Amino acid sequence: MSDITSQTLSEIIKNIREKKLSSQEVTKAFVDRSEKSKLLNVFITEDFSTALEKSKIFDDKPNFDLKLPGVPIAVKDLFCTNGINTTAGSKILNNFVPTYESTVTQNIWDQGAILLGKLNCDEFAMGSSNETSFFGNVQNPIDKNLVPGGSSGGSSSALAGNLTPVTIGTDTGGSIRQPASFTGTVGLKPTYGSCSRYGIVAFASSLDQAGPMSKDVRDCSLLLEVISTYDRKDSTSIDFKRNNYSSELTSNIKGKKIGIPSEYRIDGMTKEIEELWSKGIEYAKDCGAEIIDISLPHTNYALATYYIVAPAEASSNLARYDGVKYGFRSIGKNLIDMYEKTRSEGFGDEVKRRIMIGTYVLSSGYYDAYYLKAQKVRKLIKNDFDEAYKKVDAILTPSTPSSAFKIGEKTNDPVSMYLNDIFTVPVNLAGLPAISIPGGLDTKGYPLGLQIIGKAFDEQNILNIAYAMEEKINFKNKITDWWIK
Amino acid sequence: MTIDLKTIKQISKLSRISVDDEKAKKLEGDLNSIFEFIEKLNELKTEDVEPLTSIAETTLKFRSDEVKSKNIRNQILKNSPENNKDFFVVPKVIE
Repeated sequence: MSDITSQTLSEIIKNIREKKLSSQEVTKAFVDRSEKSKLLNVFITEDFSTALEKSKIFDDKPNFDLKLPGVPIAVKDLFCTNGINTTAGSKILNNFVPTYESTVTQNIWDQGAILLGKLNCDEFAMGSSNETSFFGNVQNPIDKNLVPGGSSGGSSSALAGNLTPVTIGTDTGGSIRQPASFTGTVGLKPTYGSCSRYGIVAFASSLDQAGPMSKDVRDCSLLLEVISTYDRKDSTSIDFKRNNYSSELTSNIKGKKIGIPSEYRIDGMTKEIEELWSKGIEYAKDCGAEIIDISLPHTNYALATYYIVAPAEASSNLARYDGVKYGFRSIGKNLIDMYEKTRSEGFGDEVKRRIMIGTYVLSSGYYDAYYLKAQKVRKLIKNDFDEAYKKVDAILTPSTPSSAFKIGEKTNDPVSMYLNDIFTVPVNLAGLPAISIPGGLDTKGYPLGLQIIGKAFDEQNILNIAYAMEEKINFKNKITDWWIK
Repeated sequence: MTIDLKTIKQISKLSRISVDDEKAKKLEGDLNSIFEFIEKLNELKTEDVEPLTSIAETTLKFRSDEVKSKNIRNQILKNSPENNKDFFVVPKVIE
């Protein structure tokens, strides 16, 4: 049997069910490896001793019918966990202990999973490199001083570094798919309304979705099956018939029509990304898919639209952090002064920047010129996809315009950081599902991701395409455990 | 268009985020480069386009307003920076 922590979720479940491994053995293996991996800085809160206790409770009275029987899992610190610190990577929530559980995490505990700890992320999920976290940078297991992507950077790093078998992230503009791409892992952003937003620290409510991150497509389908549920506690949760994604997974995608959008061939795209995309197209053809050229004419406007809509919603969502009901408080001369100092000291620079952009675009006199304009362009972007899906079943693009960059490389230039999300943002604006799978390595040995975008509620289809392509790509991550002494 | 320091100060007031002069200067640069990028949207004619306000094409469902969590008052108050066991405490509002 291979080392426990390098096994996929499906292998671990099989071994637990066949009693080749106990939940305690599995949990201990991940805890031991995490103890040796502090250099990656993936955990904001460790819950190791409770995890070990819970694994013993599971082993004493195992229920192998559950979908995640006794499997330890670490999750992004954006999900509220009852009684356990939830920080959203921010100083302002530094000492916040929720009194309730997010629906998505409740779903995984109900299926037998055990919490290992809460994973680092960009502050309030605002960032593409995990560098805006109050709790510091996260290292990418791929190479020293390389960002793991963001905002689910702790999640992608923990996953690629074998500190959790699978994990859950959130994706507002690419925060699952981009870090998956940067670490050679699989990440799926579900259709808006699939996974409940209840108990997830809100960033931009019309864009936020939770989703699975995993080492392969099968694991991804299994975790999606557990977390995607209709929830009355989220007013935008959608009641549709969800598949048993893992049991319906098939690599037979013969005759599926896959669109290639010409507008994604952007200026300044590196040769490596272009080659990756061409290779991806060949793999899809090898799987029996039919390739069709399509056009998404408003792609070039997606990022600008996103940087109005997301900050506008954020400025409203983050108004609740006022130093009264929870979190950090600074001393002020009076109430207003206290609010202003609390928010100035409690939020980091990127979060303040976005709150201020959002406040500005919603302010009287600018609302029509910016916010309303952006909502109209958002409609055009959604129309582009609707039009394309009359001809194709899915769309294939690169996940990111480059491989992972060095820590500090883009922190001084917000716009160049934002450009990272150029291929992922349109999907959130249109509310569609999309998956990133590793497509290959660049010349430096860094992973590059391919993105498959689906029709709304058609997760099964993109999972199947990803599953078929994964078989052909046969990707192997090059990880040397350099951070373990 | 450009955002000047006076506008930065005004946005900071509306956002309830105090900003010192040095930070305001930095923000002026950042916000201008971001808005320069955003201005791209003006290339598009959108007079006849309906704004997209919600991506989930469902009507909001009603549910009864029931209390589900019980006896969490102390836990909630415990999260506050200052409380007197019954209420959140804030700086004096009425002189």
